[in-house]
Amino acid sequence: MTQKTSDKSRRNFLKSFGVTVGAAGVVSSFSLLSAAKAAAKEPGETVNLLTADGQLVQVDKNQLRPTVNEPLDELQQRGREGIAGKSFVMVIDLSKCRNARKCMSACQNHHQLRADQHHINVLQMQDADHTAPYFMPKPCQHCDNPPCTKVCPVDATFKRQDGIVLIDNERCIGCRFCIAACPYSARIFQWTEPKDAEKYKDLTYNIEANVPQKKGTVSKCLFSADRLREDKLPSCVSACPNGVYYFGDRNEDAVTNGTSGETVRFSKLIEENAGYTLMEELGTKPRVYYLPPKNRAFEFNGDLLNEENLH
Amino acid sequence: MNDDTKSKETTLSFEKIKQDVLRPMQNHRGLELWIVFLITVISVGAWAYYVQLRDGLGVTGMRDYVSWGLYIANFVFFVAVSLVGMLISSILGLLKVDWIAPISRIAEIIAVAFVAVAGLVIVLDMGRPDRVLNVMIHGRFQSPILWDVTVITTYLVISALLLILPMIPDLAICKKEIKTAPPMLKKLYAILSFGYTNTPEQHKHLHKMIRTLMVLIVPVGLAIHTVTSWLFAATLRNGWDTTIFGPYFVAGAFVAGSAALIIAMYFFRVNYKLQDYITELHFDKMGKLMVAVCLVYLYFNVNEFLVPGYKMKSGDSVHLKELFFGSWAIMFWSSQLLGNILPIILMVNKRFRMPKPIMIISIFVLASAWFKRYVIVIPTMLHPHLPIQNVPDNYQHYFPSSVEITVTVLSFALALLIITVLAKIFPVVPICEIADQKGIDYKIEE
Repeated sequence: MTQKTSDKSRRNFLKSFGVTVGAAGVVSSFSLLSAAKAAAKEPGETVNLLTADGQLVQVDKNQLRPTVNEPLDELQQRGREGIAGKSFVMVIDLSKCRNARKCMSACQNHHQLRADQHHINVLQMQDADHTAPYFMPKPCQHCDNPPCTKVCPVDATFKRQDGIVLIDNERCIGCRFCIAACPYSARIFQWTEPKDAEKYKDLTYNIEANVPQKKGTVSKCLFSADRLREDKLPSCVSACPNGVYYFGDRNEDAVTNGTSGETVRFSKLIEENAGYTLMEELGTKPRVYYLPPKNRAFEFNGDLLNEENLH
Repeated sequence: MNDDTKSKETTLSFEKIKQDVLRPMQNHRGLELWIVFLITVISVGAWAYYVQLRDGLGVTGMRDYVSWGLYIANFVFFVAVSLVGMLISSILGLLKVDWIAPISRIAEIIAVAFVAVAGLVIVLDMGRPDRVLNVMIHGRFQSPILWDVTVITTYLVISALLLILPMIPDLAICKKEIKTAPPMLKKLYAILSFGYTNTPEQHKHLHKMIRTLMVLIVPVGLAIHTVTSWLFAATLRNGWDTTIFGPYFVAGAFVAGSAALIIAMYFFRVNYKLQDYITELHFDKMGKLMVAVCLVYLYFNVNEFLVPGYKMKSGDSVHLKELFFGSWAIMFWSSQLLGNILPIILMVNKRFRMPKPIMIISIFVLASAWFKRYVIVIPTMLHPHLPIQNVPDNYQHYFPSSVEITVTVLSFALALLIITVLAKIFPVVPICEIADQKGIDYKIEE
């Protein structure tokens, strides 16, 4: 009986200890583990430990207890589960976009991206010859039939219950199959050391914002899943000065304009303005809806032929 | 290289076959230099790869739009060439085509070397090769990459078995005959010959096993290249989104593999002085085989390009115009002409199926096959559905960087090194099988 209990407690210890020191590497955890085992036999021995604020302290080995909460694990778990009962959607009113690009810079700030890396990209579009050109902000479409998550060999990119497609850069192997599979070119890759990698290197990874970014992994728009958890609108939505974006919950049939703060019925907005989704013929079932660029608030001031005239 | 053909009517005895085949294995001339050269190239490539590991894949020419480049094109090429093992020793072997006997081992050696390196090339392309085990730990069977990993490993194992098993009688001879072999090699011969003495029962069992493997490798061989094509066909991109990619790739693989085999045949014939075994007849037959597979490949090319080219759907039209008349036209048309159309026209003539001309044609075919993979992979990535905007200039084009090219050269050097070593320690022409075929009696002593 005593044998059994000690076995069980050792198993628990092993389990939680493994989680705690996982980051320190397998080798060190084994040596620590054996040290801890030895400690049970030889009381009074001490061990040097570094506290969170950088102080070296001595602790009796018998006092060693595994940490209860592992922030990374918790973040990973809730990040993969998503927010219950929600079904997030975005509506982009093309008639209001004048290429201010505040969405792009807010997004880059939030997700620690360089100015040439886009989770959201404002494109100059012209559907056919002689049709009217327009600006089209293009985030990840968070498809309900996502071609990208299908092809991922390791379940690093996945769709969660609230509809958001996330990427776990703790697991991504950098094969870039998802980039090849995405018809919307919504994904980027960290080809080199990400921006400010040195500055953020000690930050715990937050899957819902995909920060800190990691070299050799894929990154993408996440609808600012970390902000949604705090009941805030996504960074791009809040940053828009022109009322282009609506964001909300399809289950509640309500979307909120990021500029005016006005909340409207999602179904009514789409119906009255002939909302559509991008390349619906591909069967990807996007969660980003577009309202056509008619009765525009601004003149199209872009130049489809010369990119440099834009800025 | 000088190919002085000996008289065709040499009478073969078992002793002579044995000597002719085992001689090049014991004669080292020039080999060390070649191996040193290959190892030097591999070391330089390894250094380039280290730079890539240290600084990230940004040292390559790939960027967010062309996120698959030279490495993936090269991977497809390696998988393609490796398919020759299945074509020659299995499909033709099962059809009881007997002229393949002297060249089937060379085909298997090529298959093993190329498929092994293909597996490595895909790791070289990964952003986080340190996480390669995630494919086992978190593997999702819905992903074509998992299928690829599965079939490539299976193909490697079966190909290696198809190399070793038919070699067992020959290794029993090596064990006895090659006195100068280093002790490690002697031990290898002793282990791999499994005490074979060619008793009728052993003979029966061995051939039963080989036959089983020959049947098994056909679906696996088809699978490796079909699944490789699905890495592309499973996406929604213009140029890849087609239903014939599987057979199209397999047909192309037979062309590339046959060309590689002919080049290797010529090399071993001349350098190993095997004119009595790898004869003009074999080049002639391989030439005919090549015409056949080229015609099939041509048929698939017509389907793949002409049908969408006839319709010119909006997405496809940008892509196809770039291939037909745009910046990819030279590479596209030269790979079609030099790698397919011209070889067919030339090789229907008997004199172009002589060893030297057909070897030269094969070099063009193989090089074109490589560029063809490049044309399949890269242009599609440059023609996404939505415009490429607001990115640096180098995102809108692709040219492999020097690091990328060096790492790719490494893959070739490594494949050549594997072939060199295998052809050095194993007899490249099956001794006993040839004797069997010629009706020469022989005994293998314990």
